[in-house]
Amino acid sequence: MILDAKIPAGTLSEKWDNHRFSMKLVNPANKRKYRIIVVGSGLAGGSAAATLGELGYNVNCFCYQDSPRRAHSIAAQGGINGAKNYQNDGDSIHRLFYDTVKGGDFRSREANVYRLAQVSGNIIDQCVAQGVPFAREYGGLLANRSFGGAQVSRTFYARGQTGQQLLLGAYSSLSRQIASGQVKMHNRHEMLDLVVVNGHAKGIITRNLITGAIESWSADAVILATGGYGNAYFLSTNATGCNVTAAFRAYKRGAGFANPCYTQIHPTCIPVAGDHQSKLTLMSESLRNDGRVWVPKDPADCNKSPDRIPEEARDYYLERKYPSFGNLAPRDISSRSAKEACDNGLGVGPGGRGVYLDFSDAIDRFGESMIRERYGNLFQMYERITGENAYSRPMRIYPAIHYTMGGLWVDYNLMSTLPGCFVLGEANFSDHGANRLGASALMQGLSDGYFVIPYTVANYLAEEGAGAPDPDGPIFKEAIDQVRERVAGYLSSGGKRSSRSYHKELGHIMWEFAGMARNASGLQKAIGLIQDLKEDFSQNLAVPGKGEHLNAELERASRTEDFLDFGELLCRDALERDESCGGHFREEHQTAEGEALRDDENFSHAAVWEHNGQGKEPTRHKEDLHFENVKLAVRSYK
Amino acid sequence: MKLKLKIWRQAGPENSGKFEMHDLDGVSEDCSFLEMLDLLNEELLENGKEPVSFDHDCREGICGTCSLTINGLPHGPEDSTTTCQLHMRKFRDGETITIEPFRAKAFPVVRDLVVDRSPFDKIIQAGGYVSVRTGSAPDGNVIPISKQDADQAMDAAACIGCGACVAACKNASAMLFTSAKAGHLNLLPQGQAEKDQRVLNMVLAMDEAGFGNCRNYGECSAACPKDISLDFIAKLNRDYSVASVKKILS
Repeated sequence: MILDAKIPAGTLSEKWDNHRFSMKLVNPANKRKYRIIVVGSGLAGGSAAATLGELGYNVNCFCYQDSPRRAHSIAAQGGINGAKNYQNDGDSIHRLFYDTVKGGDFRSREANVYRLAQVSGNIIDQCVAQGVPFAREYGGLLANRSFGGAQVSRTFYARGQTGQQLLLGAYSSLSRQIASGQVKMHNRHEMLDLVVVNGHAKGIITRNLITGAIESWSADAVILATGGYGNAYFLSTNATGCNVTAAFRAYKRGAGFANPCYTQIHPTCIPVAGDHQSKLTLMSESLRNDGRVWVPKDPADCNKSPDRIPEEARDYYLERKYPSFGNLAPRDISSRSAKEACDNGLGVGPGGRGVYLDFSDAIDRFGESMIRERYGNLFQMYERITGENAYSRPMRIYPAIHYTMGGLWVDYNLMSTLPGCFVLGEANFSDHGANRLGASALMQGLSDGYFVIPYTVANYLAEEGAGAPDPDGPIFKEAIDQVRERVAGYLSSGGKRSSRSYHKELGHIMWEFAGMARNASGLQKAIGLIQDLKEDFSQNLAVPGKGEHLNAELERASRTEDFLDFGELLCRDALERDESCGGHFREEHQTAEGEALRDDENFSHAAVWEHNGQGKEPTRHKEDLHFENVKLAVRSYK
Repeated sequence: MKLKLKIWRQAGPENSGKFEMHDLDGVSEDCSFLEMLDLLNEELLENGKEPVSFDHDCREGICGTCSLTINGLPHGPEDSTTTCQLHMRKFRDGETITIEPFRAKAFPVVRDLVVDRSPFDKIIQAGGYVSVRTGSAPDGNVIPISKQDADQAMDAAACIGCGACVAACKNASAMLFTSAKAGHLNLLPQGQAEKDQRVLNMVLAMDEAGFGNCRNYGECSAACPKDISLDFIAKLNRDYSVASVKKILS
């Protein structure tokens, strides 16, 4: 596997400009001759499909949801970063770049991150022009707020529904292209395989989730924008349908998978209430602007009502440990601190797995109506789920799996190791290193879709020339037969156990051994447990119904099998990365104060896994990371 | 909790459907309504029966995928709440709960409780956008928008496209959805250039999709999990009249 990142020459600030000039263009009259497949309709896929359709390409876009507007980008709450410096508080492209590289614990690629910061301002402009109703100041100008890991206010937001509004913007642009016929939208279609012809990605195999029809689609290029793999942990803030199947199928067809062990655990989620739990709900990080995190100092106080615990008996541990960032310390650090407090017996709520997020000071300072204006919908959501009123009693929060920084490896052009297969948004690995800062996921999805892929895909297409293969050709036939066989296999499994029960058990293993803190013996144990579980899955799975109708159990079986295989890969990657960095915390590598201890000498690289066939061990390759513009430092938020 | 569930089962759009009774025991009050259905489906599967099909995805009240008419009310009894955020503590132990799909001519049943809401996409495709090419936008602060207008546009834009408004209306009208979508853009300076055409085209697409007429019953807004106001319907009617008159005069 060759890992050529294809980083353009020139100084950091000139790279993207130089590259745009040196890339080939497709003549406007020829664009309609090229067929492009986009899988996924979230911020990355939706914006890419809309923009490529607008440019004149023939686009086929696929999503498993019943409408492209429902992709999980819609659930992002807090905001989107943009280096506009509208607040005159010292922001700049270079500062956003630096914050992102530092936030990622120096495990991302400088050139990609700089480009992200460069186009961040264009994204805000684009969204405003589409009619995204961002929050405004009384003078009519755009409002900003601050977010974790940054000391400037560069986050643009639309109440607590920023992801929804940005997605509706991309969806409206996409809808315009669907109406014009430039984009053909295929709702309720799930990609089940990638088709590779002569070493290039040239199509996909899908299952129509309503009719069960398994079909092949060919194209000149395939763009995967299929999101992250957080649901490998069963409980996460992802939508229940989010899955790793498309990315994992591409991996099995030869695309390298980078850094699967980089998972982000978000500090402010509603704690697990019981065994029935099917997903976890995030409370936006923006709450930490006004909320103070604390636990009782004395374990004996944990079961007391919080209003009966006096000020001096409370430990505001983030403010104590990280005085300059306080409650706005980055996500990985805040999450680990919450775990540490609960491990020390200071947790509150059911099972002692929760910490308080207290708004009483902010309510005293600004009044309840101001807090209601800022976070009303979040407080309402909290009350619906827990039955508690957070205006009068502190919220209980606990970390949960939220985002995955790893993904299919891509070069500077967002192309995977499989030529013609491009990967955008959370599905790729490129920009966030080992930890993502708040309000940066939306920025990356839209950057990839609106402002990067339209240029880089053109370069590939111009080099290759038009000519999508026949979707009924022998290679497509073989791929379609394999998918049919796989689906038929689930339906004839004849066991007793539901795929949900396997998924849940996998989740327990992952959370226990590959969650907020990991160690070598635990990870080795997890790999063994997952292998046993896979064996059980192949013997005892039960899938009712048929393949020719809407069959959620069949969908879940296929996704679960990929999660099982993928979970093992994640643990393997976590085991091999024998250092702590960002969201990957290896207990063997910590400072005396319990902070993550990086090993730059041996691990300043992206680990990229190559599939060697079912049942064989994958090969670990390295892309060395070079830092020419930032100094590798111990990440300090003290 | 112990529950009696009266659930609509229907194999496909061409089949006739019927209610089926199921007893379910051991439901926690902290369960969400959909987690209760997960529990039922696990039981059905264990007993070799086919699980109930229902739509769901984010389970945090924002994607608009979940539906269900619960005891006659779209999204159930709690105000401003989607089915996925409804929790079992809102029901009584021993209660019989009736669960049906969203019913409307324009939303045919796909299977059991799942309906086809793609006509909403058609309405958006008819004009629910601002025609702005990627890369052609001016700086975001070039056009100031008063906080009041931005807030009002956001009130409309909060619509999640779930279709509860249609299911609640006895005419199965989609006016609340269409008015929220058109209203959001019509309130903003960016949406002005295409305003008249947008309103005419979206209303036409709505009528062609088979939604009924609006008679101002107001059930739609009462059922809306995002509290979209009836004022947007009034605004759509006004914008539509102006656009129609302008069309006649031009």
